[in-house]
Amino acid sequence: MSGDGTAGGLPETAAEHSGPPEQDPGTDAQRVVAGRAREGMFGVTGSGDTSGYGGLRVPAYVPPAAERPFGGWFDEVADGLFDGMGRRGIPSDAVLRITVDRGEITFYVDRRHLVGICRTFRDEPDLRFEFCSSLSGVDYGPDVPQRLHSVCHLTSMTYRRRVRVEVAVDAEDPRIPSVVDVYPTADFQEREAWDMYGIVYDDHPALTRILMPDDWEGHPQRKDYPLGGIPVEYKGAEVPPPDQRRSYT
Amino acid sequence: MSIDAEQDSGARSGADPFSAEARETTEGRVYTVTGGDWEDFLDDAEQEERVVINLGPQHPSTHGVLRLVLELEGERVTKARSVIGYLHTGIEKNTEYRTWTQGVTFVTRMDYLAPLHNEAAYSMGVEKLLRISAPKRAETIRVLLMELNRISSHLVFLATGAMELGSTTGMTFGFRDREEVLHLLEFLTGLRMNHAFIRPGGVAQDLPENYREKVLEFCKVMENRLTDYDKLFSGQPIWKQRLSGVGYLPLDACLALGTSGPILRSAGLGWDLRKVQPYCGYEEYDFDVPTSNDADCFSRFLLRVEEIRQSLRIVRQCLDKMESGPVMVDDPKIAWPAQLTIGPDGMGNSLDHVRKIMGQSMESLIHHFKLVTEGFDVPPGQVYVPVEAPRGELGYHVVSDGGTRPMRVHVRDPSFVNLQAFPAMAEGGLVADVIAVVASIDPVMGGVDR
Repeated sequence: MSGDGTAGGLPETAAEHSGPPEQDPGTDAQRVVAGRAREGMFGVTGSGDTSGYGGLRVPAYVPPAAERPFGGWFDEVADGLFDGMGRRGIPSDAVLRITVDRGEITFYVDRRHLVGICRTFRDEPDLRFEFCSSLSGVDYGPDVPQRLHSVCHLTSMTYRRRVRVEVAVDAEDPRIPSVVDVYPTADFQEREAWDMYGIVYDDHPALTRILMPDDWEGHPQRKDYPLGGIPVEYKGAEVPPPDQRRSYT
Repeated sequence: MSIDAEQDSGARSGADPFSAEARETTEGRVYTVTGGDWEDFLDDAEQEERVVINLGPQHPSTHGVLRLVLELEGERVTKARSVIGYLHTGIEKNTEYRTWTQGVTFVTRMDYLAPLHNEAAYSMGVEKLLRISAPKRAETIRVLLMELNRISSHLVFLATGAMELGSTTGMTFGFRDREEVLHLLEFLTGLRMNHAFIRPGGVAQDLPENYREKVLEFCKVMENRLTDYDKLFSGQPIWKQRLSGVGYLPLDACLALGTSGPILRSAGLGWDLRKVQPYCGYEEYDFDVPTSNDADCFSRFLLRVEEIRQSLRIVRQCLDKMESGPVMVDDPKIAWPAQLTIGPDGMGNSLDHVRKIMGQSMESLIHHFKLVTEGFDVPPGQVYVPVEAPRGELGYHVVSDGGTRPMRVHVRDPSFVNLQAFPAMAEGGLVADVIAVVASIDPVMGGVDR
């Protein structure tokens, strides 16, 4: 999967944007992969394939783009968002993909316009997402292009709605603009995402570690950071630490 | 090594082992004050205009291992910052190495004063990913447990808050009554804390036979005892003077800082997820959301006492609503195959089940083994499920990549987010008010640090 970097991209669209010049225009238009590919079953490798399931291939999950009408108030919010973005001079293709899944709407956005989009969500009278509920990092593992995601859950107390705004970046270039200006509550939460995932939030007022000690090395919640632990003896047998036990997927 | 060091320091301080020790650093002179030795420090520091005080992380007034750094000019706090992370245990990462069901045992240990809210929110997240919903009886049991848990959590707020402000009677009252709740929870779920009772798909087992009488008995006791708090606190001049007008945080600041729960409601917005975005059938219950316009510590105290009353109302309604039926989804691929019973060696799988899988049905044994060791698959996707925990919006952002283990479990813990409002509430006030402010935020460090 790691060599699959440019597959499914939308050629040339991102080049028209007038964002900060240091970012590669090609990367943000990639398709959003949110899962990892699997093969086989039962987590067994190295022994002969006795079950016949060894040839099983499950591709990585790609959330399907939603089609209009999205249903319910989702269309209203999407229309309001695009109108507001237009008024603010944000190109409409800054929203890379919209998905509707399990009754929740997700906007995958171009990181260069994240702050503008959040401001639109907050300030537009027919959106009014005045409350940032949660901001969290997600790491989809080393094999996934743009593995690091920063996920913002916005709440509109006026209309009692919730949306998710998601940005995906590569681990090699994990820079995302900070939304602290728009939602001051993101302060601690962005520090946590930096601490745990190494996502660099540009223009954050004080991006320091928050849960780990200041001199800690590495970002513990990344998938390639070991869980740690020691084998435990139980009734004469040795139980390996959790990250070395058999995993079935 | 450490013993030597202790002996050294003991020898150094010589005559008075309790004097405030001072040492020179690049930041200036640093004192270690342990109590009873403030005068030594004050004599020295009389000429200083600006003093930086480090409070905690081990301090009885900081609500757990919370560390506060305060910059003072005289008695006035000019700058306040909180330092957290002392109780970080990596629970979120640990859940990624266990099955979806095992995750419950981890999340219940985060905000340890609201374990059942954590369990319920996590389970609802997994259920939403699975596109299933718990049976009606399980939902009612969840509401019952969550409301009992809210009562016990608010009682700890009263107890610790009172102790931090010097009212030890309040502390004994609070913990005495919380004990009643914990006894009841132990009777209902088997454990006082860290229950792991609410599971994806429902609850672990049905309530014990005479739960009704026990819960009603508790309601009666609690309703009587609640008047004690009004007698002790609500009209008491010292309590009022310590809390009124202290820790002011208006509504716009609450929204900007993401503050939720009683702090938000004390600023006048009746935002309670049980009312505005009901879950678990809360829309069927009759209760009020108390609010205030004072936005200070005293109103937050009053609101919490009132919320206990409202929770008792909901608990009584739960008993009436409890309809018979299963407490776990009717799906053998998700529901635990064995029912728990009390055996001669304590609680465990029911003997009938053991007899069946060991003696009669090989398939049942395989099924049991697979479900317990491997767990169940959850279709890929992500959800965000918020519930109204005692401290505010407790949100679970659960991501699945289609496997038998969570890809990511993020907890939006209300204590963590609310703690950001601490500088805004404390700066400009007196040192004594800092304690009142922290008490009114009521952070639980297990939830803050996770």
